[in-house]
Amino acid sequence: MTDWDLELDHVESAALDALRAADSLDTIDAAAAASIGKRSTLAGLQRSLRDIDPEERRRRGALLQASRARIESAAAERRGELVAAHRQTQLASDALDLGDVIASARPWALSAGHGGLIPAVQAELEDVFVAMGFTVAEGPEVETDWYNFEALNIPPAHPARGLWDTFYVELGDPETIVLRTHTSPTQVHLMEQAVAAGTLPIHSVMPGRCYRRDTPDARHLAVFHQVEGLVVDEDITFADLAGTIETFTSAFFGPDIRSRLRPGYFPFTEPSAEFEITCTICRGAGCRTCSQTGWIELGGCGMMDPAVFAAVGIDAERWSGFAFGFGIDRCAQMRAGIADLRALTENDIRFLEQF
Amino acid sequence: MRVPRTWLHEFVDLPESDAELREILDDLGLVVEAVTRVGAGLDQVVVARVEEIHAIPGADRIRRIVVDAGDGPVEVVCGAWNFAVGQHVPFAPVGTVLPGGLAINRRVMRGVTSNGMLCSPLELEIGDDHGGLLILDDRGVDQVGQPVGEALGLGEDVVFTISVEGNRPDAWSIYGVARDLAARLGRPLRAPALASPDPGPATADVAGAVLGAPELGERLTVSVLENVVTGPSPTWVVRRLERAGMRAISNVVDASNYVMLELGQPTHPYDLDRVAGATLQVRAARPGETLTTLDGTERSLARPGRGLGDTGIDCVITDGDDQVIGLAGIMGGASTEIADTTTRVLVEAACFDAMTIARSSKRHGLRTEASTRFERGVDPELALRAVARLVEVLRASVPGLVWRSEPLDVRGVVTPPARVELRPGDVERALGAPIAEAEVRQSLEALGFSVEAGAGGGLVVDAPSSRPDVREGAAGRADVIEEIARLHSYRRLPRRTPTWATPGGLSDRQRLRRRLRTAVVDLGITEVWTPSLVSERQFARTHRHAQPIRVTNPLASDSVVLRPTLVSGIAEAWARNRERGFVDLRLAELGVVFTHPGDVAEPRRSRGGVGGGAQLDLPTETERLTVLLGHHDDDATSAVALWTTLAGLLGLGESDFRLRARADVTATHPTRSAEIIARHSGAVVGVVGELDPDLVLEINGAARRIGLLDLDVGVLEAQLANRPHRGAQMPSRFPSALIDLAFTVPDAVPAGAIADALRATSARVESVRLFDVYRGAGLPADTRSLAFALRLSAPDHTLDDAEVAALRQQLIDAAGEQGAHLR
Repeated sequence: MTDWDLELDHVESAALDALRAADSLDTIDAAAAASIGKRSTLAGLQRSLRDIDPEERRRRGALLQASRARIESAAAERRGELVAAHRQTQLASDALDLGDVIASARPWALSAGHGGLIPAVQAELEDVFVAMGFTVAEGPEVETDWYNFEALNIPPAHPARGLWDTFYVELGDPETIVLRTHTSPTQVHLMEQAVAAGTLPIHSVMPGRCYRRDTPDARHLAVFHQVEGLVVDEDITFADLAGTIETFTSAFFGPDIRSRLRPGYFPFTEPSAEFEITCTICRGAGCRTCSQTGWIELGGCGMMDPAVFAAVGIDAERWSGFAFGFGIDRCAQMRAGIADLRALTENDIRFLEQF
Repeated sequence: MRVPRTWLHEFVDLPESDAELREILDDLGLVVEAVTRVGAGLDQVVVARVEEIHAIPGADRIRRIVVDAGDGPVEVVCGAWNFAVGQHVPFAPVGTVLPGGLAINRRVMRGVTSNGMLCSPLELEIGDDHGGLLILDDRGVDQVGQPVGEALGLGEDVVFTISVEGNRPDAWSIYGVARDLAARLGRPLRAPALASPDPGPATADVAGAVLGAPELGERLTVSVLENVVTGPSPTWVVRRLERAGMRAISNVVDASNYVMLELGQPTHPYDLDRVAGATLQVRAARPGETLTTLDGTERSLARPGRGLGDTGIDCVITDGDDQVIGLAGIMGGASTEIADTTTRVLVEAACFDAMTIARSSKRHGLRTEASTRFERGVDPELALRAVARLVEVLRASVPGLVWRSEPLDVRGVVTPPARVELRPGDVERALGAPIAEAEVRQSLEALGFSVEAGAGGGLVVDAPSSRPDVREGAAGRADVIEEIARLHSYRRLPRRTPTWATPGGLSDRQRLRRRLRTAVVDLGITEVWTPSLVSERQFARTHRHAQPIRVTNPLASDSVVLRPTLVSGIAEAWARNRERGFVDLRLAELGVVFTHPGDVAEPRRSRGGVGGGAQLDLPTETERLTVLLGHHDDDATSAVALWTTLAGLLGLGESDFRLRARADVTATHPTRSAEIIARHSGAVVGVVGELDPDLVLEINGAARRIGLLDLDVGVLEAQLANRPHRGAQMPSRFPSALIDLAFTVPDAVPAGAIADALRATSARVESVRLFDVYRGAGLPADTRSLAFALRLSAPDHTLDDAEVAALRQQLIDAAGEQGAHLR
């Protein structure tokens, strides 16, 4: 060991002692500056390396680096201890036993809050369907590929998957778990449960939050809300589907708003249809919103595809059914006249207080 | 898909009105997304020959041009430089209104009178090029005085942009759309003109076709075209391609594209002399093989992608040396491209397995016009018809073209079109109304189905090869009934509102949720909607020790992780409003939060994997009501007041819940928060208190108290449902004795423990209410004074003084056991 080594040893242990003794952030900073700062003893030792032979310079350089690192980490550690201690002191002096709170003595100014627009519209939709005899069911937002796609007659890599830009969840094997792209997987759960429990028929609507990997714009959000309807019963026909849509349309949008169906495609229904309603802006006269047609597209629907019944074990000879689905946010947008749906998630109080 | 009206009209007579046609297409499920008028306003622009070009003194950007448009020399000023004397260019005389609406007037520039305008492709709206004039000689036009529209085949047209659904491979072509219209309108469908192979030497003499993997293709045909002269396509071909949204390239490629648009069959032309052995083979790519596709990208083949169940099969075309020269059905390779010098062409017209193409296309991120059609299913019987049409179209520019006889035609594993049995009443059972058998037959036959009488009065329906979407069995029945309903028109089907015996209604959870929402809003709190996906940073802020549930393919870095709590989202909404100057906000959200399956004892399990054959662990989803009390004077006490009131609104009180101080609940203030515990079950319903001061600093930049109430809606529902029924309590008709007791209580003993002890002392304790808390002078350190107001009563008599005194002592003793001393 050279004198230089002894000197370094001495400097380091002095610095570590000083840090251990430091009882404030200021003293830590001062101790750190004194040992490893620009004008510190360590810096002096560093300067002393200039004129010695390269091999020895390398050896001492490495020692210096290690020593500096130890001092720095000791300083960081001590800082952390002090911050934590400070927080503990604060918390202790702040302590309040909530059992001591006399709630009735606490003044609470009277004011009106504002409910969210989407929950309000969702509740209104639920009420219409409940009055029509539907129960309301719910399902999870994170689903397996099976429930979101395959049981709905959309096998992996099926081109129809392009209809749903999917967020995949980083769990298990790649692309096995998804954020549901529609509320339809809840249909599958419902049918499976009813089959297992022997409780068919089903008359349910299923509202909920869905996800699509689609850059948000004025009319679409990546996280949005849908309501889905499912009827599985005996002697259910396309006429029942069209009638249900029509009854709902005038009950929710008003007696002068009608509905009509045109052929569409969904892998889980056949025949499938898109349903349009009278344009709520021009009431059917034709305007820019409806491209002069007097109609606007609201959602999709169709008769349950026998392949879906097969996947959940429902006998297609005895039971038939229909499903429909549409956007709650879109209904809210039409109802409240919201130019840009993105306002809904910005939570600006001036916007929220209108509802 | 863009469908020009004039092209469609070649195959079926159309209704006069575009609006009516649009209505019919919509009703057939061929939804019209846009109707665009093209080619209007070109009848006044005429072909002119450039006679003289003169500089204008003092001008360096414009020149004086003399043209002849059939009525003698006309002088115009022009700023373009890309033409020479003798060439033919479009000339718009004074008075013309161009397609873009520009009216041409007589103008004087630098002393020169301009009697019209020479036009660029952009000005005529027939191209994007504005770099110079449209040189008509390049397009084979040189008849001076002829209207340019007529010369270029630019008649007026209307283009319908149609969205074709995924189950309509047959409609993915002009001819397919025409077939639907012909069926609906009851009009004849005209067939396109087709060429026939020329007599002479057989194709097999020069070319080969091998379907090495029969499961990857139903059919491979190879044709040989000779005496090919490459060059520009005739104007009508160019025009149609452009109006359908494709660029013209050269006659051979254009003819291939033309046929794909018209009939729906993708074909691929190869330079025969650049294909080794003039042989095309179809097989699965082998690991390690690569291909440079026409877009210049080198692609590694046969490598499984991320897709569920993806085995990495790429169907490829190889040459006679077994070298890969194309990604079958998606994109060809660069090495065998048609060139200017090509004189012999190999035409591949095939039918590949739809799912294989779909997977490859997804895996390579390569969607082309061809792959879009193949992945939906191409009619296997179309291949040679398409080549016959291709030859016919190509002959327009190559009159001497020879199509060698006996094109090669190899069949692979053929899936026969579905046969579907329609039993009597099937249609009515599905649609709710009968449709006459004559109409059923007529509709289906017009779409190419064959219909025979079946057993027992039913029908046996055979799908045409153009309808691979039609399935077997019950599903196929639904497919066929959709076709019948579609042609009948959905709008003409009856409607009936169904009824059933079971009543509708909301579940307990749904009712509770509504009560919570209403209560919170009625108490002056505003509901927000915060994102379910949050940033890594936001997650770590509250859940450093939990496992994040990440999305594999996020849209943005601020939405990557499923939220573990509503607290941070509401806190951010609060902070954003505070930045805008709204400092007194109370905000709430009712929503779902997510916990990693690795962080819970019993994760949610669900059917998953390919075919649903596995059980997978999924995140636990919990519904929470979270309220942030951010009025300037809010703190833990307001949160307790809110909880007490909310519980009261739900019919819950002191006897149902107690508070238990808890220092380690994430995001909450460690010494000013408590868990809400259900007394009868011990379940944790939620937490009440304040936001952690460190979190407040992060969102607010300065210390401040923010009250917090965070409830688990599911647990709350369970507590409401399972609460022991005590029956209604009848208040005593005898007067109650009211006494106050003040105790000195060590800080370590919660007030709730004293109150509970007082309540438990005797059945005669009617109620116990804390009404004062005092700290300070006159009290030992680490203690406070708690003053309780008690009502004492008996159901059957008025308590006398002695009874009250005895009870009072019992109460003092009971409190004493908890460490409280009467003051």
